[in-house]
Amino acid sequence: MARSRARRPAATSLEQLLAAKEIVIHCGSGGVGKTTTAAAAAAMAAVHLGGKVLVLTVDPARRLANALGLQEFGNVETQVPAEAFAAAGVEPRGELWAAMLDTKQSWDDLVRAHAPDAATRDAILANPLYQNITGRFVQSHDYIAMERLYEIHASGRYDLIVVDTPPTRNAIDFLEAPERMADFFSSRLLRWLTVPARSRVLTMASKPFYSVADRILGSKFLEDIAEFFLLFQTMYDGFVERARAVTRTLSDARTTFVVVSTLEAAPVAEAEFFVEALAERRMHLGAIVLNKVLPEWFLDDSAAATAQRLCASPEEVAAALPDELGDRAQVERVVREVGESFLNFQVVAKREAATRAELSSAPEVVAAVPYFTHDITDLEGLLELGEQVWR
Amino acid sequence: MTDLLDRRLLFVTGKGGVGKTTIAASLALLAAQQGKRTLVGEVDAKGNLADFYETGPTSFQERQVAPNLWAMSMDTEESLKEYLSLQLKVPLIARIGPLARTFDFVATAAPGVKEILTVGKFLWEVKERHYDLVVVDAVATGHITGQLAAPSAIQELVHVGLVRDQTGWMLDILGDPAQTGVVIVSAPEEMPVNETLELVDRLEQETNVQLAAVIANRVLPELFGRGEEEVFDRLEALPDDVLERAAGGPVRPILDGARMAVSMRRTRGVHLARLREELPRGTPILYVPYLFQRSHGARATAQVAAHLGEELGY
Repeated sequence: MARSRARRPAATSLEQLLAAKEIVIHCGSGGVGKTTTAAAAAAMAAVHLGGKVLVLTVDPARRLANALGLQEFGNVETQVPAEAFAAAGVEPRGELWAAMLDTKQSWDDLVRAHAPDAATRDAILANPLYQNITGRFVQSHDYIAMERLYEIHASGRYDLIVVDTPPTRNAIDFLEAPERMADFFSSRLLRWLTVPARSRVLTMASKPFYSVADRILGSKFLEDIAEFFLLFQTMYDGFVERARAVTRTLSDARTTFVVVSTLEAAPVAEAEFFVEALAERRMHLGAIVLNKVLPEWFLDDSAAATAQRLCASPEEVAAALPDELGDRAQVERVVREVGESFLNFQVVAKREAATRAELSSAPEVVAAVPYFTHDITDLEGLLELGEQVWR
Repeated sequence: MTDLLDRRLLFVTGKGGVGKTTIAASLALLAAQQGKRTLVGEVDAKGNLADFYETGPTSFQERQVAPNLWAMSMDTEESLKEYLSLQLKVPLIARIGPLARTFDFVATAAPGVKEILTVGKFLWEVKERHYDLVVVDAVATGHITGQLAAPSAIQELVHVGLVRDQTGWMLDILGDPAQTGVVIVSAPEEMPVNETLELVDRLEQETNVQLAAVIANRVLPELFGRGEEEVFDRLEALPDDVLERAAGGPVRPILDGARMAVSMRRTRGVHLARLREELPRGTPILYVPYLFQRSHGARATAQVAAHLGEELGY
């Protein structure tokens, strides 16, 4: 397939970015190919740059997991075997490791790390509300993804960590997740919720809250919640300190963000929003990668004129073609079909080009990845995709 | 299959990027065109449902966007206020304002509260028969069961109180397949198909809501009929100059484009076949073609509605 290149020679390339940074976070709206792009970038870094590279992914397609040699879902970091590289015909300079995020496991680990004693730890882990709440907590997935990233980075086990972010309703949720976690633990609500469990004296401020909450939810349920948070609060110091450290890591100079988008309206709007959000937080935008972009030759005007002719007078074109192509009526239909198909795709390609022109005003690397007509099933496929965005 | 729109409440879900909101907007438009008084609501207040009708922003207070069609955006705080004003009657309401933030916290901390305020509002509209059909542009596949299971979760966790008292009728409506159904929007790609199949299992295990239909969105058209692909292969093998002389211009990009379309369709066909094979027998599948359009606005919504109408036999 023809290769569509970045609009202009970029000041920096993804290669330079991956060579200079320690954490590269891929973000963007659902379905744009974040996971695959992150895996391809990590594979390219391992092959060309060397060092120990980890791709930390959230929910990879089974194919992709297989391509990375990951058999089981879990928090275990697994090295992509040398045979996989050999099969792809390359000899990597470094090592490629892969891990998937197991939210439940990560929460349990966090509780184990921060609980003040064994009794509290067991009480939390056994609490019926614990699972329910950690499962649905304010962006609990976002927080745990960033927390785990922090933990791995701080361990010093890798030269480069490439991360893909969990699907969120709002792309910036995970940027704010650590702060929100810290806020939550310092919140008045938590104090209110946990007060009645300690003493039944209600403050003036919390009285109306309880009178309404009691009527709606029932006081027993509120007590259950309070008991749980009372346990959780024992981890306050560790948690808040940790959440702040995670926030610092996100804005560290060694961390960069790669925004991935297709050229459809909704993902582009989200990508633009995200680019602004990064700027506001003084976080580093390393690149914008446009994925699933139609080849540029769909924009060719003389080809479009020819396609129109194929549609308008397929009989004439078929008559001018060699007879051995086949049955004349069939040839006419094929001629018309390919012409129509080209014009159909051109409508989409033009829309994409307009969107892309608007996006290209951003100074960051804008790499374009052409539409892959086949699924990526192995490391070779990943590297092939990586080649498209590398330089 | 016409009975899909005869239900009272449809939750439309799907993996991010498959066109969930397009389908929700189009299904609602189709129902309205069929003469049903229809409400379409998005559960994500930051969503872009309004763009699909090009009528300006939507809010909790529904507004008419087309004949027979009203649109709204969920806001759990507003939903709580409405609920309290209906349940507790007046005086408390004045005090709710400053408490809203607190409730936001409680809703965050207490599992199921936010969800029940969301689902409850739509169920209320169904119960009160304000509309013939309520279409919900629901959360994505990963979060939908939590939302649909909220009333039963609340029933288990909360033993007394107003919220608990409401769960009974909610569960009755949710569990009645003649009234309520889930529509999963999928696309002929690996992850959307995986998530669709996983969700079908989870709906069965974790909720009492029935699957109503699966919509395969963005299905590429078959380019060639029987024997024509061989003709195309031979055409592709011709030298450029022969092609150009016959067509009077560059043909290679056109053939490359057609080849790309054929390979894409083939790759996607594998995923589509898997969807068909692995869905429970008898699950209605509606196909919506990939639309080659210039935009995603009202025009696209109308086109998708027309395709859905054809699939449903209108």
